[in-house]
Amino acid sequence: MTDYVIDVHDLCKSFGARRVVDGFTLQVAASEICGFLGANGSGKTTTIRLLCGLLVPDSGSGTCLGLDILREAPKIRQQIGYMTQRFSFYEDLTVVENLELVAGVYEMTDSGAAIDDIIARMGLGDYRSDLAGHLSGGWKQRLALAACVLHRPKLLLLDEPTAGVDVKARREFWDLIHDMAGEGLTVLVSTHYMDEAERCKRLVYLADGRIVVEGTADTLTRESGIVTFEATGEDVDSAARQLRHAPGVEAATVFGRVLHVASTERSGLEQAIHTYKGGALTWREVEPNLEDVFIHQLAAREQPK
Amino acid sequence: MNGFSFNRLRALLRKEWIQVRRDPTTLRMIVALPIMQLLLFGFAINGNPKNLPTGLLIAEPSQYERTLVTAMRNTGYYDIRLLSSEAEGEKGLAAGDLLFVINFPANFDRSVDRGDAPSILVDADATDPSAIGNATAALGQIATALNRDLPSMRQTQTAAPAFQFQVHARYNPEQLTVLNIVPGLICMVLTMSTMFITTLSITRERERGTMENLMAMPVRPIEIMLAKIAPYIVIGYLQVALILVFSAVVFQLPIRGSLPLLMLALGVFIASNLALGLTFSTIAANQMQAQQLAQFTLMPSFLLSGFFFPFRGMPTWAQWIGEIFPTTHAMRIVRGMLLKGNGVYDILPDLWPIALFTVVILGVAVWFYRSTLD
Repeated sequence: MTDYVIDVHDLCKSFGARRVVDGFTLQVAASEICGFLGANGSGKTTTIRLLCGLLVPDSGSGTCLGLDILREAPKIRQQIGYMTQRFSFYEDLTVVENLELVAGVYEMTDSGAAIDDIIARMGLGDYRSDLAGHLSGGWKQRLALAACVLHRPKLLLLDEPTAGVDVKARREFWDLIHDMAGEGLTVLVSTHYMDEAERCKRLVYLADGRIVVEGTADTLTRESGIVTFEATGEDVDSAARQLRHAPGVEAATVFGRVLHVASTERSGLEQAIHTYKGGALTWREVEPNLEDVFIHQLAAREQPK
Repeated sequence: MNGFSFNRLRALLRKEWIQVRRDPTTLRMIVALPIMQLLLFGFAINGNPKNLPTGLLIAEPSQYERTLVTAMRNTGYYDIRLLSSEAEGEKGLAAGDLLFVINFPANFDRSVDRGDAPSILVDADATDPSAIGNATAALGQIATALNRDLPSMRQTQTAAPAFQFQVHARYNPEQLTVLNIVPGLICMVLTMSTMFITTLSITRERERGTMENLMAMPVRPIEIMLAKIAPYIVIGYLQVALILVFSAVVFQLPIRGSLPLLMLALGVFIASNLALGLTFSTIAANQMQAQQLAQFTLMPSFLLSGFFFPFRGMPTWAQWIGEIFPTTHAMRIVRGMLLKGNGVYDILPDLWPIALFTVVILGVAVWFYRSTLD
């Protein structure tokens, strides 16, 4: 039919009375890196679990790798790699032993070579015989990624893979993801980090279990209609405190010595800046960033118009 | 931050109390299980076992025999049924279906009337001396039971007894309690050590978060189950070997049956315990619940299996409950093989229930095992 790797329609899932995923529809093409964004509790993890068959949707249908997510979940599992939010490999096994377990479960015929290969690729060589429980956060994530891609899946589902990992490790992690996407792997990754979101080819923003906006980082910022200004000068902190609650201002945030204000209404924002009577500030208009877009989305959901 | 602070203690107590309340299932189990156990064991356990299964062998029906059998029945200790052959009696004793076989010699009445004081042979299964103790003692009371029936001439000769009971304490002639306790202990020790290994296995995976990953991989539930059981059978065998060597050396426990057969039977028994623990682990929401469930079955395994209290002394309903537990059957197999020298045909009636239990309980585990996180 289609050559979408993920093609799901109207997925719904409730836990008790709480509807966590509510009419989720998504198509992801091959070798795309699709970023999943959204507040905590917006349904990202549940959606990922629905896609890999760990949860059964209450309604809706769709395919993953051309296989029905309801009827062919076991076959889907064979071809995907799923990295859980919480480290879920065995801490009392060494790096190699964990990988050997995975290779065995997926019945890989070239397990020895594949393990050596992935260890070299992930730079895990020095830690081969270390217990997974003794690895630091960044190396644990790497082991988890190695274990998820060892069986050469066609689709990788990563649930906040870099939470709590330092910047360098995160960057290296993403370099690996891009390398693998370049080789044809499709990746769906959830994250709270905007720098990571910017590295995704396509972004999907979830709120209350449904997609609110989607597109490339550029499209999202352009179409958001957000106007942002930056100010430098004395006492940006007190300026931020005042402007945050001023009419016409949606967000006022300080980054070091720079004040960042944003709104979807240019006139209101300019008015607020104009009427601000504080220390001398130098203003200039800047391009909105993804964070502005998502703060705006979050705020929009909190205060229904 | 120095000394003991009641305020800090109160804060900690409050947190513990909240945590207890947040797990109502465990709380319910903690309240309900002891009550169930109290009622169950209070009614089931009997230190003075009565109505013990007894086989009767007679050459021909006779008046004195009828009187004596009635007298024996009246003691309350004997539940007597007629056997057709000595072989049936032997088989019954070996299998543990009979605790006594009473054998009246031919021409009993005539021998009594002639003043020959014939012997009534009582074969007693002495593997559990406490089970037959009171019943054997009660035989003394019925020595005079025939007096009314005897011809008047014989009634006056009170000095010589009209007949005598000759009790054979089979399998354990010296009636050593240790020979009964140690084979039972072998089963109990194995139950405790093996069941608790698997009881925590699945709940641990769940609590550590490794379960989600395991489920995301193409693994079948039965594969997980078997992998959780198999290694511990080996460990169980190691325990068996140690226990048997110690029993033989320290307690001079005889091994009269075939050792390979005993090992095979114990392998099945170990598997049943591991499967049971695994099922608890699958059903329970957390490790605490799993342990509660395991402990709940440990008590009846101790008390209703014939380990502490004679199995045949329990009411029938309690015996039925006891029959469910693998430990009950294992105890018969081990006692039978060590003390009675039982062979494969003697232990089969107790081996298949253990095997069936294992298969059924493993099926329950697979059934309850959730291959999704729902």
